[in-house]
Amino acid sequence: MSVVGQPSVKAQTPSGAEPRAGRVAQSLIKFAFMLKTVWAVLAALILGAFLVQLAGGRPVAAYSALFEGAFADYYGISSTLVRMSPLLLASLAVIIPLRAGLFNIGAEGQIYIGALLSTLVALYLPEVLPSWIHVIACIGAGALGGALWGLIPAALKAYRGTNEIITSLLLSYVAVYTVGAVLHAWLMEPGAPYPYSREIPDALVLPTFLSETEAHIGVLIAVAAALVIAVIFRQTTLGLSIQTVGHNPHAAVYAGLDVKRLTLSSFALGGAMAGLAGAFEVLGLKYRLFDHFSPGYGMQGIIVAFLAALSPLGSIVAAFFLAGLQVGAGAMQRTTGIDTTMVEALQGMIVLFVAIGLAFRYHPERWSRRVAAWQKPTQGE
Amino acid sequence: MQAVPSRISLEGIVKTFGGFRANDDVSIHVAEGSIHAILGENGAGKSTLMNIIYGLYQPDAGRILSRGREVKISNPRQAMALGIGMVHQHFKQVDTMTVTENVVLGLPGRPVLNLAQDRKRIIDLAQELGFDIDPDQPMWSLPIGMQQRVEILKLLYRQADLLILDEPTSVLTPSEIKPFFNLLSRLRSSGRTIVLITHKLDEVMEMADRVTVMRLGRVVANIEASETNSRELARLMVGRDVIFDVTRTPPRIGSPVLEVADLVATDERGLSALNGLSLTVKAGEIVGIAGVDGNGQRELAETIAGLRKASAGTVKICGQVADRLNPAERKRRLRMGFVPEDRQKVGLDLDSDIAFNMVLRSFRLPPFSRHGWVDFAKIKTHAKQLAERYDVRMRGVGQRARDLSGGNQQKIILAREMEDEPELLIVSQPTKGLDVGAIDFVQRTLLAQRDRGTGILYISTELEELLMVADRLAVIFNGRIVGELPVSEATPERLGLLMTGKAA
Ligand SMILES: Nc1ncnc2c1ncn2[C@@H]1O[C@H](COP(=O)(O)OP(=O)(O)OP(=O)(O)O)[C@@H](O)[C@H]1O
Ligand SMILES: [Mg+2]
Repeated sequence: MSVVGQPSVKAQTPSGAEPRAGRVAQSLIKFAFMLKTVWAVLAALILGAFLVQLAGGRPVAAYSALFEGAFADYYGISSTLVRMSPLLLASLAVIIPLRAGLFNIGAEGQIYIGALLSTLVALYLPEVLPSWIHVIACIGAGALGGALWGLIPAALKAYRGTNEIITSLLLSYVAVYTVGAVLHAWLMEPGAPYPYSREIPDALVLPTFLSETEAHIGVLIAVAAALVIAVIFRQTTLGLSIQTVGHNPHAAVYAGLDVKRLTLSSFALGGAMAGLAGAFEVLGLKYRLFDHFSPGYGMQGIIVAFLAALSPLGSIVAAFFLAGLQVGAGAMQRTTGIDTTMVEALQGMIVLFVAIGLAFRYHPERWSRRVAAWQKPTQGE
Repeated sequence: MQAVPSRISLEGIVKTFGGFRANDDVSIHVAEGSIHAILGENGAGKSTLMNIIYGLYQPDAGRILSRGREVKISNPRQAMALGIGMVHQHFKQVDTMTVTENVVLGLPGRPVLNLAQDRKRIIDLAQELGFDIDPDQPMWSLPIGMQQRVEILKLLYRQADLLILDEPTSVLTPSEIKPFFNLLSRLRSSGRTIVLITHKLDEVMEMADRVTVMRLGRVVANIEASETNSRELARLMVGRDVIFDVTRTPPRIGSPVLEVADLVATDERGLSALNGLSLTVKAGEIVGIAGVDGNGQRELAETIAGLRKASAGTVKICGQVADRLNPAERKRRLRMGFVPEDRQKVGLDLDSDIAFNMVLRSFRLPPFSRHGWVDFAKIKTHAKQLAERYDVRMRGVGQRARDLSGGNQQKIILAREMEDEPELLIVSQPTKGLDVGAIDFVQRTLLAQRDRGTGILYISTELEELLMVADRLAVIFNGRIVGELPVSEATPERLGLLMTGKAA
């Protein structure tokens, strides 16, 4: 028999043997992998430049018009911020349930019901309250509306096992047409050329925080909401519970978590975010409830959530960027004549490249081997 | 040195996970047509090494030779092309698909399927191996032993002649093991080579031609099975003598901590699993539940733990009716610990770290959180202490539970369920996948708990284990307790009759 010697207790660690240059190279590579989304965006912008060229435009001029329009001056930034608010809130509506493993495809519907409830409270709650309380009631009604609409697919999922992707999506259509029907039948301003409601009282209009712009405080509330959600997931038992359900529902039951209740609460919380977006559109921007007022914020929220890799903080950045593209598109069309649909193509390509990026993951071992291999030839010198 | 040509040889294999050496200069030669056993403690690096041969991991250094020719195996497909197949420790199949579909799934170079033809060839192959398998049955309806045979069938269908089996017997019941070994013998006589990982030394002595013992990522011995014995193997594995029999004092029995009366419950498929089961466990005793797997053991454990609803009957824990309490309340208020049978699906959140898993059932309580606010520093220190006390081999408590070796995952659950000195402890197959040292440790810990006054319900299909730790045995058959007897009166014959429902 051949017994090979006992293992030495202190195994040599490879990191000690690795030369310094190698370690620096490896951290750079790791960092490059962390910026994956940025590369995806750049790749989309480069491909977009070719599209602009094809359409007979000058890419540099188009992009400078786009980015100047969105980010370069006071008014551009304020418009971008205003646009960011619903995108950010809609992305939170997707992220929260998704952490529990649930797909909320119906943020759009939750936005509409939020806007409807908020409008009703603004127009029909007697004006006896101090106006700041009335404003808070309007905002609260929006959140409540979104939450209630979100609870329907959640309850169907929890108690009947119905697929929430389908129900939440279909309920979106129900919501959009419900708002349309209510407007037509009841809420529409008499004599209006298009279905929209009366204007809300001046006292209920959200204050702005950048003077002479439309930047209403809803933007700040949206950012604050993202921060709060981030803290919830990082620091609270609620966040950990939701995450455990998302990871492994069986283990969650074993842990004593009420999976049904968490299904309901994560959807309700998400729906409330979308409802806020609806309320702010009415109270901060349009001052009325319009039929078909959302240009698809709900679906764009999915894009933002995806770009942000489900991080609430990342969503702030992603929403700001996407809002900038959308705002800048108008400026680009005005100065260079390139159609705003170009930006939609750009958005699509960004999603595509980010999705492609998911296929590339950082494998520390693999890269340490490669780096070591690169260094060998130079070591002889 | 070797007379028989080598089927596969590993030379100087090194594999690190971020600085941690899971395999450290490992060399092994597996002879053509042999059964080669790999032994080693939990976390010794056995699965890692096998994953390297199968192309799932790339070694940092070292060579692999297949039939003397140096090869690079970058993925399982290349391994398959070299005739290498593997059945994983926790294998995965598509539950809703049939046997045929599962076997065919992922076959390379097959843009168009001809399932009818595959089905016929599978029937032939199964017959040749003596498998009694219906190729049209959906996977979920098969017992786990059958599912494992489908995995083996899958490999042979792909013409694998080197089979790597990672702890295949840990999912089998004792009655399935004999036929499984017969199968291995037949495969060996047909010229196939088998690499077998197991923690059971007598299995090694029975089946293997040659044994490699690993410890801390290294090979400590390469021995002919005929030249060694269980005791020596255990010592090589653990690095010290393992005493196989535990010393025990007579139990000091107190008042009942678990009273189950006329319990009725169904399984996932709605079939009756418990048919009016009654049982009592008193403080300070270990009651073993013996029985052939699938007679209601799992449902019994889950119903007591609150994971499954009983349709009739009551469960009293420490004198209180527990029927309306959820699993966490039972743990906290009635002081009941529960080690579930399926550690990966039920017992752990594999995507979270070790620290969180140590408080999986208590993170919403002080001191780990206050008013909904989590104290991660407390969770971390707590986890470090437990990991040290229960000898969890890991890189740190921030490591994901998924990346731990199977046995160390089990230790986390045991640590969590035993540490707060429960009054009642339900343990289901607690030693599944543990190495001899760890089994020894678990049994000692359970006995220490019993001496402290905990009542323990110990569910296992391993009779030997039950005879070693239990004070009293209750035999379960068809969802009912068909006999109770003190361990001193339990003989394998008598238990055998009870377990098959042939004696009352
Ligand atoms: N993907 C991974 N990332 C980090 N560490 C890992 C990974 N896979 C394995 N390890 C570590 O490598 C060591 C060896 O693990 P391995 O699964 O090979 O052990 P094992 O011998 O199969 O043990 P067991 O008998 O418990 O199954 C363990 O300490 C484990 O924590
Ligand atoms: Mg293993």
